Amino acid sequence: MSTAGGPLLAATDLELSFGATPALRSASITVDAGELVAVMGPSGSGKSTLLHCLAGILVPEHGQVVFDAIRIDTLREAARSELRRSRFGFVFQFGQLVPELTAEENVALPLLLEGVRRHDALGRARGWFDRLDLGGLERRRSGELSGGEAQRVALARALVAGPDVVFADEPTGSLDTLAGEHVMELLVGAARDQGSAVVLVTHDARVAAYADREVIVRDGRTTSLLPAR
Amino acid sequence: MSVPLALLGLLEREPRHGYDLKRDYDAFFGRDKPLPFGQVYATLGRLARDGKVIAGEAEPGSGPDRKRYVITADGVSDLEAWLAEPVPAEPHLQTVLFVKVVLALLSGRSAETYLDTQRAAHMARMRELTELRRSSTLVDALLADHGLFHLEADLRWIDLTASRLDALAKEVQA
Ligand SMILES: Nc1ncnc2c1ncn2[C@@H]1O[C@H](COP(=O)(O)OP(=O)(O)OP(=O)(O)O)[C@@H](O)[C@H]1O
Ligand SMILES: [Mg+2]
Repeated sequence: MSTAGGPLLAATDLELSFGATPALRSASITVDAGELVAVMGPSGSGKSTLLHCLAGILVPEHGQVVFDAIRIDTLREAARSELRRSRFGFVFQFGQLVPELTAEENVALPLLLEGVRRHDALGRARGWFDRLDLGGLERRRSGELSGGEAQRVALARALVAGPDVVFADEPTGSLDTLAGEHVMELLVGAARDQGSAVVLVTHDARVAAYADREVIVRDGRTTSLLPAR
Repeated sequence: MSVPLALLGLLEREPRHGYDLKRDYDAFFGRDKPLPFGQVYATLGRLARDGKVIAGEAEPGSGPDRKRYVITADGVSDLEAWLAEPVPAEPHLQTVLFVKVVLALLSGRSAETYLDTQRAAHMARMRELTELRRSSTLVDALLADHGLFHLEADLRWIDLTASRLDALAKEVQA
């Protein structure tokens, strides 16, 4: 999946301002196929903005984003949207499940949007429930799930289509230690099994310690130090 | 805690008598635990023997505190190497981290570089413990967790300190 030799995803010298607020001043990051990279840094430093640029949700004003040999920051919105749907998965901190749908329909959503037949999509979605310790909750709606359960449903939805990259922005941010660890165990295990790379934004060092390495964002700039020794 | 290196750091600011050096040390690092005189002189003696400091001529007067100590180039280079090097990431390190940050700020060196290096060392150890924890029995996992929570506490302190370096430098150098 990765381009010969190069990283799967590479952003170079990104700059982006919201009005007068510079959110990214010079941000660069690479992610190899199957690699787990944690993005850390103070609140307001630009972590989410960086993630959104990497995922083709936002377009940087300067710099470039290359995914699988495609320059995605210059693609038109329709093409980026198609790329997000077909190659990426997303998990955020809150409020991502569609409240009108059951848990299994939520998980099946990426497949349904890709044109998989409903019966097959729901079948594949159900396969994730036991694996994520959600057995029996298939027909619940999001209002009937605990925060940790809802987050694992969101995780299943992010993983169900076998994405090349899962983008996770504070996926454990609203959970207690134990529930957060549960989500991380499952995310890391499933991503490794299917070879998905993960870009994980987190404040929490214990969550970041599940990743292969970390990139620090400060004031819109990235630094990634290799551990000494 | 590394008393000899802390004394070298204080001596790098200016040559000092043993007595003044003890007072500097206690003011910055010894608030709960002042450094005994005996230890100051014993440490200075060893540093002088190893060529890290030079003791001046004894000045006329009574008492042991009649020599002024000067750091040597070799002493400065030991100090620099120590300041730049991350402490092995283990729980209960706070005081060493603190001493390194204060000495770096006192001498106008980059505490930020040190903190970044220390943070990377902590994260590397936390990754090891996380991996260990994922592949071990519950009892071993419990031990790994203990280490992880303590390292996390250090990391929070590292982050907070990093965000306050400018203000800290002003205060320490005042
Ligand atoms: N849609 C927006 N409109 C205006 N300003 C924005 C917008 N999104 C982000 N910003 C600003 O850009 C900067 C970076 O924000 P970003 O959300 O990337 O930070 P973050 O590192 O994710 O913070 P947190 O840890 O609090 O989530 C901040 O100053 C923020 O106020
Ligand atoms: Mg954010």
